[in-house]
Amino acid sequence: MAVGADWQQADRTPLIYDRSHPGRRGVRLPAPDVPALDEAALLGPALARTAPLGLPEVAENDVVRHYTALSQMNYGVDTGFYPLGSCTMKYNPKVNEWVAALPGFQRVHPLQPEDTVPGLLEFLASMESILGEISGMDAVTLQPAAGAQGEFTGVLLMRALIRARGEERHTLIIPDSAHGTNPATAAMAGYRVAVVPSNVRGGVDLAALRGLVNGDTAGLMLTNPNTLGLFEDEILEIADVVHSAGGLLYYDGANANAILGEVRPGDMGFDVVHLNLHKTFSTPHGGGGPGSGPVGVKAVLEPFLPGPRLHRAPSGALSWDDDRPQSIGKVRSYYGNVGIVLRALAYILSHGPDGLREVAHTAVLNANYLRARLAERYPTRYDRSVMHEFVLTLAGQKERGASALDVAKRLIDYGVYPPTVYFPLVVKEALMVEPTETESKETLDRFADALAAIDQEIDATPDALKTAPHHTPVGRLDEAEAARRPNIRWSAGGGRPEPTGP
Amino acid sequence: MASGKVPEGRWYTAEHEWIAGDGTVGITDHAQDALGDVVFLDLPEVGRHVERGTVFGVVESVKSVSDLFSPVTGTVAAVNDQLKDRPELVNQDPYGEGWLVRLDTEDPIASGPVLLDAAGYRALPD
Amino acid sequence: MRYIPHTADDRAAMLAAIGLSDTLSLFGDIPAAARLGRPLRVPGPLTEMELQATMRRDAAQNRSVEDLVCFLGGQFYDRFIPAAVGALAGRGEFATSYTPYQPELSQGTLAAIYEFQSMMAGLTGLAAAQASMYDGASAVAEAALLAMDTTQRLTVVMDRGVFPESRQVAATYVTARGGRVVVPAPDQSLEELLASLAEPPAAVVVQQPDVLGRVRDLRPLAAWAHERGALAMAAADPVALALIEPPGRMGFDVVVGEGQPLGNGLQYGGPTFGFFCVQDALVRRLPGRVVGATQDGAHKRGYVLTLQAREQHIRRERATSNICSNHSLNALQATIYLALLGPEGLREVARLSTAKAHYVVDRLTALPGFARMAPDAPYLFEVALTVPGSVADLNRHLLDRGILGGWDMGRWDRAWAGGWQLAVTEQRTRAELDQLVEAVASWR
Repeated sequence: MAVGADWQQADRTPLIYDRSHPGRRGVRLPAPDVPALDEAALLGPALARTAPLGLPEVAENDVVRHYTALSQMNYGVDTGFYPLGSCTMKYNPKVNEWVAALPGFQRVHPLQPEDTVPGLLEFLASMESILGEISGMDAVTLQPAAGAQGEFTGVLLMRALIRARGEERHTLIIPDSAHGTNPATAAMAGYRVAVVPSNVRGGVDLAALRGLVNGDTAGLMLTNPNTLGLFEDEILEIADVVHSAGGLLYYDGANANAILGEVRPGDMGFDVVHLNLHKTFSTPHGGGGPGSGPVGVKAVLEPFLPGPRLHRAPSGALSWDDDRPQSIGKVRSYYGNVGIVLRALAYILSHGPDGLREVAHTAVLNANYLRARLAERYPTRYDRSVMHEFVLTLAGQKERGASALDVAKRLIDYGVYPPTVYFPLVVKEALMVEPTETESKETLDRFADALAAIDQEIDATPDALKTAPHHTPVGRLDEAEAARRPNIRWSAGGGRPEPTGP
Repeated sequence: MASGKVPEGRWYTAEHEWIAGDGTVGITDHAQDALGDVVFLDLPEVGRHVERGTVFGVVESVKSVSDLFSPVTGTVAAVNDQLKDRPELVNQDPYGEGWLVRLDTEDPIASGPVLLDAAGYRALPD
Repeated sequence: MRYIPHTADDRAAMLAAIGLSDTLSLFGDIPAAARLGRPLRVPGPLTEMELQATMRRDAAQNRSVEDLVCFLGGQFYDRFIPAAVGALAGRGEFATSYTPYQPELSQGTLAAIYEFQSMMAGLTGLAAAQASMYDGASAVAEAALLAMDTTQRLTVVMDRGVFPESRQVAATYVTARGGRVVVPAPDQSLEELLASLAEPPAAVVVQQPDVLGRVRDLRPLAAWAHERGALAMAAADPVALALIEPPGRMGFDVVVGEGQPLGNGLQYGGPTFGFFCVQDALVRRLPGRVVGATQDGAHKRGYVLTLQAREQHIRRERATSNICSNHSLNALQATIYLALLGPEGLREVARLSTAKAHYVVDRLTALPGFARMAPDAPYLFEVALTVPGSVADLNRHLLDRGILGGWDMGRWDRAWAGGWQLAVTEQRTRAELDQLVEAVASWR
């Protein structure tokens, strides 16, 4: 973080409003070259705006300094190691940004005639087939904007197929270690959730699953490797149990980085899959988005995919086909997060088949190496080799007075973004670590050394953990106060603004 | 074992609610400790009918959300309006200022199949 | 392979540390019957030099609004974006960070979202905003779900003037939850539909300005809804809000919309973002992320994700939505854009666009057979016209002259067959407007 940046002197995180000065402007627009319009006369007193806009008044230099200062208060993959489990914070190649910014991709309107954008449509078509090949699926839609929306799409597709078979089924089975989006998605689609417990090896308890499935089972939502970083080695049996009961298998692609080129969801028995392009295929997370969550399906589900679909005429020309009578309907406007799809395509083209397999192999090697380096002080609950990530239990550290959160906050002092804490819920004092393939051995070693040092601090200098972090713009913030008396917008007085309703 | 303070003269549910002889209902010291900082309560309005063992409200802490189960069948006679602005009272004084609702009920408020006395609650398995 | 740092020696040392001789043995849990056992059939690898060359060539096959004069709208507009927006939002510290779960390392993202929430709440005239949605259409859909949950009713009335993309996405979401979206018949007004309802709906949803360009007084609709315990909801254009009284000040409970016009590129439709604002009583029903102010142990002001008990990672199957990410980076672009323009700048964008639209529409409607589809209400910078003949044919004629003409509205909705939706932004010069009029006049 840069020396002398504004925030270091400030007694608080600055806001652009702090710099506002009446009459100041950041941008000037050309003088009108058509007759000016009197909007008050056009709209009349009932429709013309009387309320202030509430925007700050600042010069361009103010804007640049402010957002540069804010950026310096942020930590990204570009800043350093980001072993956030389940999020696949790999390096985001710069050339992908360059590709997405090309005017022929970036400055294109979604309603342009198809024959003005042949290059773009070809790219989208080839991305559909590439993602189908990688996931072992027959058809792919690029429309879902994120993993959660992909899940929603997938679950609706499953229901559509079940209904087309003349059945109604109301229950989705979800493991107790699942991502929170899985049950939330099921509920959003109006399904009941049945939770299948994990067995002693950290996988789906097959006997319990057999007891859960019945004629009301619409399907099972599963990620493999699961959120413990463990491969469900009974996956073929699991698939058989669900299919035999007439249900379908949904693959949550959050952890697909581990399996590229080695095994495909379609070959494990899954019927529907979503992939997170912002995880597996290196598009930047953007402080929480945008991502992209394409959905792949087996052929039998293809008629139900959201429209429009790309259609290739005998001449070879591509166009959008919205005549989809069996479709579940659209899940977002136009064609999805095309800019993200282009970045992911650039990443895949950079790697090729051997490169993608190397990604998976290296991600898994890094995770296992790091787990071995940490094993002495930080055990995992299951003594198995892991895939791309692993979950430490800090129950022992907790008994010595330091919670997983304390250790995570102390890691910040060592210059590392903390791993995911308290997830999955099935592990006590969980710390979920995903190093990804783009980190070097030295980086992993430094991380392991930091965790070892912190473990010693628990007994030697416990305050170092309790008061961590020490060198950040702010210390640990009072989240209870934030939620009890929400202050979620700025107002001139600094307090909570008055409601502006009717 | 249900930990924390368990005063005598109240009756308890296995879901960690308490009820006093006058129908006042709250959550136990054990419950508030397990939840952590309580930030919001979704409570029924006065006059609502509630059934024993069913959900009558929701308590949110910073990182969890839990249902509140009614210890008896009855009608909501009063709601602790102070909690709107000061939900932390549930943490600070769960048996006093942090009460949730008062119920008018015909059900006996006494030890039985549903309600436990203080000793019975303390003896609950964790 | 270009982004993997390991040398052969690194790999050997790491394998030795875990007592293995090759990485393949780490995949032993995968059943043999499921293994791929062959190379993936995907193109590549390309070096960066090759990738740039091929991408530059393929991008050049597309015609962009850089070489075509754009009059397309439909919630996506060819607006001016100051260079500082990309320069700042593109900084790696913003772009390559995750959702701000660790607030001490995320004050930049969090403060920017807090600013964003403040700006959007102010623009829409409501008490609060959340951190952004995927797009305007899914924001409309989630608003409909919020209404169903709040009112415990299953019917959502949506005006035909709500953009079709939003209506379609909302129908998908609402139907999935067991509800239904009701839209007035082509020859029926919203008021007539409302009068015919047997039971009050969960919400009434309108677009402001609507798909035909009409700006309407929404106060009677808010009153109608509130008398019946329904929510009044609007999807609004954020630039239009600089000139028109915001729905939040006309009594509306929820205002959502597509955020692309605020400093976001066209990108063939995405990624952009949606905004979602509510009146005070609905704050705890917001979907997605919300950022709030608080303080640390030394009383230093800072920002955190708050009201998280609404969200999927805590409430799981009882969450207000399954939304996990927001479109933070797109919302950041909007925040920087709005900071650069300020209140006067945003008004100027809206004013210039409106003046130019009226200039060109006055001239077009002076041509025989051209007329506004809804002349009964004022319009700003986007308006529906009827044309004498085939819209597709007119647009083909214009494209031959380097102009992306208005949208053929019949492709959205048969009720609007023959409709031509024209959008004019501050970027269109008088010469381009005259060029359009001339080209239209030469049609046939």
